[in-house]
Amino acid sequence: MALITPEQLKPGYDVIVVGSGAGGGQTAYTLTLEGIKVLMLEAGRNYVPETETPMFETAEQAPLRGAGTPDKPFGFYDSTIDGGWTVPGEPYTSASNDRGRKFEWWRSRMLGGRTNHWGRYSFRNGQYDFKPRSRDGLGFDWPLDYADLAPYYDKVEMLIGVYGENDGLENTPDSSPGVLLPAPKPRVSDLLVKKHAGGLGIPVVAAHRAVLTRRLDFEKLPAKLHPGNAFAQKHLRAAMEGRAACFWATDCGRGCSIRATYQSTTVHLPPAMASGNLDLVTNAMAREVTTGPDGKASGVTFIDKTTGREHHAAGRVIVLAASSGETVRLMLNSKSARFPQGLANSSGLVGKYLMDTVGASFSGQIPALENLPAHNEDGAGGAHMYAPWWLYKEQLAGKLGFARGYHIEFGGGRRQPGMGTASGLEWLTGGSYGKKFKEDARRYYGSFVGFAGRGDMIPNEDSFCELDPAVKDKWGIPVLRFHWKWSEHEIRQAAHMQQTFADIISAMGGRMRRKPEPDGAKAIANGGVIIHEVGGAIMGTDAAKSVTNQWSQTWDVPNLFLTDGAPFCSNADKNPTLTIMAQAWRAADRIVAELKKQNL
Amino acid sequence: MTTPPRMDRRTALKWMLAAAASTALASRYARGQGGSPAAQGYGTDPDLLKHHKAGDVWPLTFTEAQRRAAAALCDVIIPADDRSPAASALGVVDFLDEWISAPYPDQQEDRGIMLPGLAWIDAEAAKRFGRPFADLADAQKTAICDDICHTAKAKPEFRQAARFFATFRDLTAGGFYTTPQGRQDLRYVGNVPLATFDGPPPEVLRQAGLI
Repeated sequence: MALITPEQLKPGYDVIVVGSGAGGGQTAYTLTLEGIKVLMLEAGRNYVPETETPMFETAEQAPLRGAGTPDKPFGFYDSTIDGGWTVPGEPYTSASNDRGRKFEWWRSRMLGGRTNHWGRYSFRNGQYDFKPRSRDGLGFDWPLDYADLAPYYDKVEMLIGVYGENDGLENTPDSSPGVLLPAPKPRVSDLLVKKHAGGLGIPVVAAHRAVLTRRLDFEKLPAKLHPGNAFAQKHLRAAMEGRAACFWATDCGRGCSIRATYQSTTVHLPPAMASGNLDLVTNAMAREVTTGPDGKASGVTFIDKTTGREHHAAGRVIVLAASSGETVRLMLNSKSARFPQGLANSSGLVGKYLMDTVGASFSGQIPALENLPAHNEDGAGGAHMYAPWWLYKEQLAGKLGFARGYHIEFGGGRRQPGMGTASGLEWLTGGSYGKKFKEDARRYYGSFVGFAGRGDMIPNEDSFCELDPAVKDKWGIPVLRFHWKWSEHEIRQAAHMQQTFADIISAMGGRMRRKPEPDGAKAIANGGVIIHEVGGAIMGTDAAKSVTNQWSQTWDVPNLFLTDGAPFCSNADKNPTLTIMAQAWRAADRIVAELKKQNL
Repeated sequence: MTTPPRMDRRTALKWMLAAAASTALASRYARGQGGSPAAQGYGTDPDLLKHHKAGDVWPLTFTEAQRRAAAALCDVIIPADDRSPAASALGVVDFLDEWISAPYPDQQEDRGIMLPGLAWIDAEAAKRFGRPFADLADAQKTAICDDICHTAKAKPEFRQAARFFATFRDLTAGGFYTTPQGRQDLRYVGNVPLATFDGPPPEVLRQAGLI
């Protein structure tokens, strides 16, 4: 471990990485195992999942039975530390508070960032997702193809461990043979959804999630991932040996002390640390990327949150992976005579085309699932199945009224009881209390299935962030102000989700507390709420119309790379984390090659 | 136009004073003596491995009368039967007290429903039967609860009380089914490590009509 204090900084590093989540973790992993000296700056505290994760703690051991609060919005046992929709002392602002115009920003101030609590959904973008403009004339094409990223998807999946199956479905790429881990067996609610959604033409297949359904093959995988690099193989093997398979209990959102799920802190950082090539400073709030007289990035100025003191670290290459919002903020706050609009912002596009995922949800009560015999449904701590988007042809033919698709995440089952388990039953019970209520609670427990749509958002001119002209955080750093607007494509998509979910519930013989919402503007979650913030520094082929090239390297500052979601120029329905990691690995390979050629 | 979620110096000062006041309250008001809800919660980095009890993080605030009414009402909603004890036997009253004493917005909102609701139910008991709710016979308790147990069907004069009852029932059920005995009542059998995950057994699939 090279967890250091700011006073222990070396005079210079090959690469400074700001952020320790999916993008920063992958970047540091790839670079350090290639022998590059890396400094990582993390704004939050150190976090040790092996000792801090509340694996088997139960609701009655938590304040408020574990219910979510503004301090812990996803519940007491959620792994998020010093984070949530608000962070004390670190505000952001919204240009509008109207529903649908607001952006809500989730941050995690901790080592590993948001990878500690995420849903572990790991889907590949397909070829349509990289070339959306060519297909339907909207948004932007990526300056790369699926084929460019496919080898990196394979590598990331082998490194982190992803369960799933190859189904050969349209725009839903298969992994190479032998890459995926076995999918877990479906739960009874999965099978019921599969049967009845299937009858409506909706494919229900194994979800892809970053959970080890068996131990990783530490004998073979290191050589596959790092051919010819004995140093990398040695450290990866040791790290893989330290990860256990899932023991089929506890929610992944708590984090995982046995390292059976992917978290940057359990997968990327251990081998990077063991390599001896990584220095890590936590509680380091980056304020500015500095530049030299040659216009290249020269280092990062940061504030030690424990002392309030400012420090500077010098590096030959600077990588920002602080989350789209923080990366944009850092660039806009890095103003100089040469870069008066902020660093690498000659296009004026830094902050523009911010995206989130379209989200809408609906649930039903399913009589076929009432009073089932007791059995353990904990499973892999999250979904076992999902439904990929299925109406590509109808959509292309213009039959749907919106241009992009969504996938369906769903879940039911006899989960560990919480505050919601027997609440709000009046519409089913007619207001029972007493012994009748206890019978009703038993009857309805585990009989609900919830559906959540996760859809493609097309980048637009009205969704962006900029520096707030007045508000600063507690260290005096200007904060972001968000602007947001959904287009009709997203709004109609959300209405379509509602109707689809109601159709599936009806086909299952289920009951609904209320009708599905026909107005997509009412059904759609606010921007940011799905926590898939991407864009803000989009990639492209033209320096005047984009911020980075296809290697996430900024046009204006060749030694500045962005390896989080900021360079995304579209946001497919597929959850972005896997693509962030694949593109970060690709960008890191580019950094290694360019450093060797003395080009940076 | 903008509402920055930041804390300026004045607000911070107010919070600090309130926190100091609540500490004073905690020492002055033992359980059952009433008081105001706390100013601050457990913060953004609480110890997740510590086993918390009601009253550990913020002081409880039910008065003795509120506590008695709450205990009686939660046992009307969840009485003992052959599978599990009554709600009050599993610490649900302490939980309700913890809930309505918490500093967070949702809980403060529930406090605004629960405390007037408990006052109403004692007043209604006094009006109908001349005694506090906790001292009523079972049939008398039921007579009141039947009027307020279903928000959609409650008569206009009972609508507000019915909203209280619905909240009280949800919180009672939440407190009850999150105890070991509550989980057992529902036949929840997870939260144990397994070597394999075998999926649903055949009798489950049969009952769900899948085989």
